[in-house]
Amino acid sequence: MTDRLPPLPGEWIDRQRPIDFRFEGRAYRGFEGDVPSSALWAAGVRVLGRSFKYHRPRGVLSMAQHDVNTLMQAGQRLNLRADVEALEAGMDLQAVNTSGGVDGDRLRILDRLGAFLPVGFYYKAFHKPARFADAWEKVFRRLTGLGRLDFATPHIRTPKRYDFADVLVIGGGPSGLQAALAAGRAGAKVVLVDENARLGGSLGYQRGGTAEGSNSLDRLLRELADLPNVSLRPGTLAAGWYTDHWVPLIDRARMTKMRARAVIVAQGAFEQPAVFRNNDLPGVMLASAAQRLIYRYAVKPAHRAIVFTANAEGYEAALDMNANGVAIAAVVDLRAAGQGGSLQDRVERARIPVLAGHAVFEARGGNDRLAEAVVCPIDAQGRVDTASPKRIACDGLMMSTGWAPAAALLYQSGCRMIYDESVAQFVPEALAPGMYAAGRANGVHGLEARLADGERAGREAARGLGLEAPEAAPVMRGPAGASHAWPIIEHPAGKNFLDFDEDLQVKDFLNAAQEGFDNIELLKRYTTVGMGPSQGKHSNMNAIRILAKVLGASPGDVGSTTARPFFHPVPMSHLAGRGFDPRRQTPMHDRHEALGARWMPAGLWLRPEYYAAEGATKQAQVEAEVHAVRNGVGLIDVGTLGKIELFGPDAAEFLERVYTGRFANLKVGMTRYCAMLDESGVVIDDGVVARIAEEHWYFTTTTTGAAVVYRELQRWNAQWNLRVGLVNATGAHAAVNLAGPKSRQMLRQLTDIDLDSAAFPYLGVRRGAVAGIPARLMRVGFVGELGYEIHVPAEFGAALWDALMEAGRPFGLKPFGVEAQRVLRLEKGHIIIGQDTDGLTTPDEVGLGWALKLDKPFFVGQRSVQIVRARGLRQQLVGFELEQGAATVPKECHLVIRDGAIAGRVTSIVESRSVGRTVGLAFVAPGMTDPGTRFTIRAEGGVMVNATVVPIPFYDPAGERQKSPD
Amino acid sequence: MKLLTCPVNGPRPVSEFVYGGEVRPMPAPDCSDPEWARYVFHRSGIPGIKIEWWYHTASGTWFHAERDVVADRVIRTWLPGEGSMEVGGA
Repeated sequence: MTDRLPPLPGEWIDRQRPIDFRFEGRAYRGFEGDVPSSALWAAGVRVLGRSFKYHRPRGVLSMAQHDVNTLMQAGQRLNLRADVEALEAGMDLQAVNTSGGVDGDRLRILDRLGAFLPVGFYYKAFHKPARFADAWEKVFRRLTGLGRLDFATPHIRTPKRYDFADVLVIGGGPSGLQAALAAGRAGAKVVLVDENARLGGSLGYQRGGTAEGSNSLDRLLRELADLPNVSLRPGTLAAGWYTDHWVPLIDRARMTKMRARAVIVAQGAFEQPAVFRNNDLPGVMLASAAQRLIYRYAVKPAHRAIVFTANAEGYEAALDMNANGVAIAAVVDLRAAGQGGSLQDRVERARIPVLAGHAVFEARGGNDRLAEAVVCPIDAQGRVDTASPKRIACDGLMMSTGWAPAAALLYQSGCRMIYDESVAQFVPEALAPGMYAAGRANGVHGLEARLADGERAGREAARGLGLEAPEAAPVMRGPAGASHAWPIIEHPAGKNFLDFDEDLQVKDFLNAAQEGFDNIELLKRYTTVGMGPSQGKHSNMNAIRILAKVLGASPGDVGSTTARPFFHPVPMSHLAGRGFDPRRQTPMHDRHEALGARWMPAGLWLRPEYYAAEGATKQAQVEAEVHAVRNGVGLIDVGTLGKIELFGPDAAEFLERVYTGRFANLKVGMTRYCAMLDESGVVIDDGVVARIAEEHWYFTTTTTGAAVVYRELQRWNAQWNLRVGLVNATGAHAAVNLAGPKSRQMLRQLTDIDLDSAAFPYLGVRRGAVAGIPARLMRVGFVGELGYEIHVPAEFGAALWDALMEAGRPFGLKPFGVEAQRVLRLEKGHIIIGQDTDGLTTPDEVGLGWALKLDKPFFVGQRSVQIVRARGLRQQLVGFELEQGAATVPKECHLVIRDGAIAGRVTSIVESRSVGRTVGLAFVAPGMTDPGTRFTIRAEGGVMVNATVVPIPFYDPAGERQKSPD
Repeated sequence: MKLLTCPVNGPRPVSEFVYGGEVRPMPAPDCSDPEWARYVFHRSGIPGIKIEWWYHTASGTWFHAERDVVADRVIRTWLPGEGSMEVGGA
């Protein structure tokens, strides 16, 4: 551990706890509190990864959680961020995006081929011919992919948590801590989060060789500890901002969905790289990265370093490094002489040479790392004088030329940002309600000023919530000069990188602008700047500066793009929730299961499709079920139907408005078919309405329509304000249909209700007890046989089923499923809404014209029906049959063809044993509806099948069986 | 996630609600065919402040919201018949 410094106050590592790990096959030792980058840097490793496009060697850049070039893989854990992830014992790390290891990466040849890989290369070269695109895509995916997926990775579930706060403070630096203190003192419930492992932000590492920062941190933490209403959460990322202050907080274990009443953004600023040739060599890093290495991890960032700066922070970094054993070869200041102030005096007293009015023209490397810097004079217009360059040997080059606000969450909240020329950065201009900004994110840079700005924001947030807090004066932005307006050094040989995620150089932006992508949004999409994992944190500002220069405009005129959530990459396992696939089960579910039901979904419900038996095919089982209903007795669970109770003096009026039929004249104890239209006159639902008492009605809807129908009925009720009450009883009632010629005889065993047709006619409804269970019985005819729909309270559903099955044994009772019911109803020519109709079907098209009572004053869809009816029919549903012995049986949705043109489609079809033929329903053109009309259906494989229109019902046309008088 | 204030249940996450569209008065039954067709098929996409239908699924409550659809800001919510149906009303 050659580059580990002696113990420093406030360091994050625990030297009592060494950690052994591996990187690229070699063994290393770090300490608890290290991240892979710091431990490797301490061990003298400089190449931590390879870049995305050119596979150039890369080391530490920011140490600020956005070092995308140092993504690593540890077994099944993909793309670990080496400047974030806590070092763990036994970690076996590999750099991603290499071919043959980070040192010998065979793909580094791409660096030499850079001239042939200009920006937009992919779009241009592989646009045509399309047949090559797939092959090339595979090559590129392999060259550029990050990490290798192991498909054996287990499914990781992480818990989610919900939390609430009055004020959420994001950022635990000086302004954030002070803001939390101010809001907390006003009595607000405060949560402060910081993405770093410890609080303090720049107080911890940006020391300028003094103890001022760490003293402030100690004071703030001491004062905060006295406030029980303030919760401090380091190691927690505020990943995005969503409407009404809904902020996902990510820590190692989970995502917490935080709902705050106010949010203070005090996330500071991202230090921005200077742009010069080879500014990506390992050893070139942001000055703040060097300070983080020193004060967090006690790692010497370099042995002999140059600081390339244009602000006070660069001088502070020089002092920090000088105090910790780094020889400073020079401070190279972009600005003209005399602007370094008192910090420059301190630097010069430490015998560090200051080269004002100079720039690093290029960095030069050897053995994949920085070896020397070429420094030249630069004038105020940014012109470099290369006549007599100074070559300075160094293994560290620290850049400190400017900042960009960490304003992603402000942008997401809809904050308007403007470019403030005095601080050369974007600052909030108009914050969204409940949003506050403090510190560097707000353009305030001096330490005292940041503390004052935090105090102001905390008080304002508290006052905004109606709490008592003293008013605070606004804090001036500044000081000027924290950011240089043009930290970009052009070089004829290029490789002056601006976006380290995507390997974008200055010329890429000039080319893009020249090709007409001269709007920041277009430039972003064409060059892909800011589209890598670091989301433009170190590249967006310089891209704006370049575009502004090309256009002769101010960065403010160019504007910025919005950084979208998430602020940093978040593991998918944190985001993935449990798959909610709700399924409703009727109270008889277990009975069906025991009988061998094969399930099918119906809306949210599971229903038995048919009951399977050992050694029998599905077709045989369905035929047996149909046979039982036609010749004996069958039982089907219809508890999934929507069931609604309606009460009140205006109930009949309500039904007449929402359904097409007439109900006021329906006698108590009788039922009637009901069809519902939408406002455009399309059939959307049907069912049966029963009048239980004068002002008590009970009606059913389709299984899938239940929720929406009930909701829309409530809406009509809210508008009309009739004297009615609606209750959705769908889940409260179980229901079965007992059907077949023997059903009456069988049911007599279980009830005292007089079942004779004289007393209980077809379409009647009766109340009574069935097997001792309170029940409503309705005589219905959906399957075309004598039958009783029996509705009982849900808790008696299973008991009813058992009683019926038991009583039915001597009668050969057979349970039947949805498939048999479909056959039975089709033989009767009864339509199913949604199968035999679609989103445009009018009642006349499906033979429901009889159900329309157009002489009523109003019903939903009435006016549209009048208009549509006047136009004549577009198509009509007819019954058809196939020729005996047709070899191919068409399926639903196969097309009806006449004279070579499409004339309709099949909606239902079944090979009916009861009828002895294959019969179905089909939409046909209006001229094809007469019985006997012949047409063809184009079946699978283009086979044409002959069909003939026949009248419906196919089975028992007179309806004698369901009326069953005796 | 957005919060919406149900007049019965107070502020709830928007995932508990169903949007019911802009409130559009039904024309009189004797209106012209084109006028009826406009009512049935046309929806105004003009941005601005609108009176809308919303439904709180958990409690089965239909109510009205006056909402600035540009800023997605809800100005007020009320039960049908208990508030002004005019933009800017109370």
